[in-house]
Amino acid sequence: MNFPHYKQEVLALTLRWVRRLSREKFSMLFTLVQPMLFWLIFFGSLFQRAADIEVLQAPNYMSFLAGGVVVMTVLNNGLAGGVDLLFDKENGFLERMMSTPIHRTSVILSRYLFVMAITGMQILVILGIAFLFGVTPITGLLGIGVIMVIGMLFGIGLTAISMAMAFSVKSHGDFFSMLGFLSLPMIFLSSALVPLSAMPGWMQALAFFNPMTWVIDAVRPLIITGWEAAIPQVAMALVILAIFDAVCLYGGAKAFQKAIG
Amino acid sequence: MNPAIEAKSLGKTYGSVTAIDNLSLTINSGEIFGLLGPNGAGKSTTLRILITVLQPTSGTATVLGHDVVEEADTVRSLIGYVPQERAIDRFLTGREHLELLGDLYHLPKAQALQRISELLKLVNLEEQADRAAKTYSGGMKRKLDIACGLLPNPKIVFLDEPTLGLDVQSRLRIWDYIRQLREQGITIVMTTNYLEEADQLCDRLAIIDGGKIKVIGSPKELKAGLGGDRLSLTVKESQIEKLDRLSERVQTLPFVRDIRRNDNGLDIRVESPEKSLPGVLDVANRLDCQVDSIEYHRPRLDDVFVAFTGRALKGEYPEVVEE
Repeated sequence: MNFPHYKQEVLALTLRWVRRLSREKFSMLFTLVQPMLFWLIFFGSLFQRAADIEVLQAPNYMSFLAGGVVVMTVLNNGLAGGVDLLFDKENGFLERMMSTPIHRTSVILSRYLFVMAITGMQILVILGIAFLFGVTPITGLLGIGVIMVIGMLFGIGLTAISMAMAFSVKSHGDFFSMLGFLSLPMIFLSSALVPLSAMPGWMQALAFFNPMTWVIDAVRPLIITGWEAAIPQVAMALVILAIFDAVCLYGGAKAFQKAIG
Repeated sequence: MNPAIEAKSLGKTYGSVTAIDNLSLTINSGEIFGLLGPNGAGKSTTLRILITVLQPTSGTATVLGHDVVEEADTVRSLIGYVPQERAIDRFLTGREHLELLGDLYHLPKAQALQRISELLKLVNLEEQADRAAKTYSGGMKRKLDIACGLLPNPKIVFLDEPTLGLDVQSRLRIWDYIRQLREQGITIVMTTNYLEEADQLCDRLAIIDGGKIKVIGSPKELKAGLGGDRLSLTVKESQIEKLDRLSERVQTLPFVRDIRRNDNGLDIRVESPEKSLPGVLDVANRLDCQVDSIEYHRPRLDDVFVAFTGRALKGEYPEVVEE
């Protein structure tokens, strides 16, 4: 593989996404002030008194929720990340790109880089807003760095799922239906809103197999508990993510190959 | 002359559906070659295999001596593609499209910039180059498509239905443009379902129907090969029952080569114009069969199409879609 060429392709393709985002002012605003913020602020404030601190093992609901919202952001961005490629497939732009001598993965990589860059910014905004509400990540800047890394790793698998959907569905209506069908259960069947121990048995069992739970349970201690509790969780999450990403990348690659004939 | 493209027994199936079957052809350097056929015939499939965005399930093809599967990247760097749909990004400007493609073809910055300004001038898009593509009219989008297709200075340009949905003026301009490309020594491969386009523009063409090639040749050869002019007559509804008898009798006439019956008339291939018209009318008169209308013409490409596929190509210019 020719690295200078690869770099040239990926940068040019990523620039395309950046240009588009900067052209859609409305979309840009929405990207920064995202729905997840509302989840954090409203849910966090609403359940302040209803939430039991002992069950949560956290100083308050908002600090508990912050970890969940960060990962929810990664989830939503990742799963929706492939939609632009779906449009490219539908209008023939993807085919135009594939008729050039680019490496077959540069389209996917550029999309991933862009989505993760946006996600990274959003995570910082979320943690920033949470900070205003009194939530200070106990592991400081380094902890925030680790959170970002875990988020990016989770994002790899999610974007792969999204691309697989984008390349497999027959119409973009199907894409959005599948997106809704996947994302909400994944959120509720995880420790995003409530700790695993507080869930009814059947939900606990399902949440146990949800990679998102493991990611959140690594992010959360980085915010509210501290390094000692966090490190084993982070290690566990890395292992789970390695498997998750491998499976997703494999599936995504298959779907991509099938789509480009 | 070295062939620019050679396809040998290409086939593409999707599960139980066969898109193309045992398709072989040779395209010469510097010619305008057309793939003519109705929608679904397999023209786009064939084109997309040649430009390497689709893999054949059987057979092989080489473009400029390089195999389209084994040496796909080499092929990609040598060809240009102008797709059927307006494959453009509404939010990018024309110039940005070309810049992106320049990078995808790995052109060095300076070379890309020069190429871009040449192309914008060539297709007359200089004024609108820095406006977002969503503001472009249909014709401008086409120009951008063409500029994109020519960016890598290709030896072969593939055009998928280049004048689909365009008004007459734009169509003629594009035809001229394609001829100019040929003057520069570029080989052009195009798909079309417009008979007129294939007839006027292509040096040689292949008629494709149902995934198979029916015949290949230059428009002239193909028309001459039919061996005769065509006489078409229609009868009123009340006379349709007489058509079979009419057909039998006409068939016995000495100058009749071939006869085909359709819903309300006959298509007859004849040798000499002077004798055929009165001859056929005479037979009709004797049978007391009233002829509603009668038409005579020299062989046209649609006759060739009918001769080789058994049916008419519904490819006359539809209503203009845009501009």
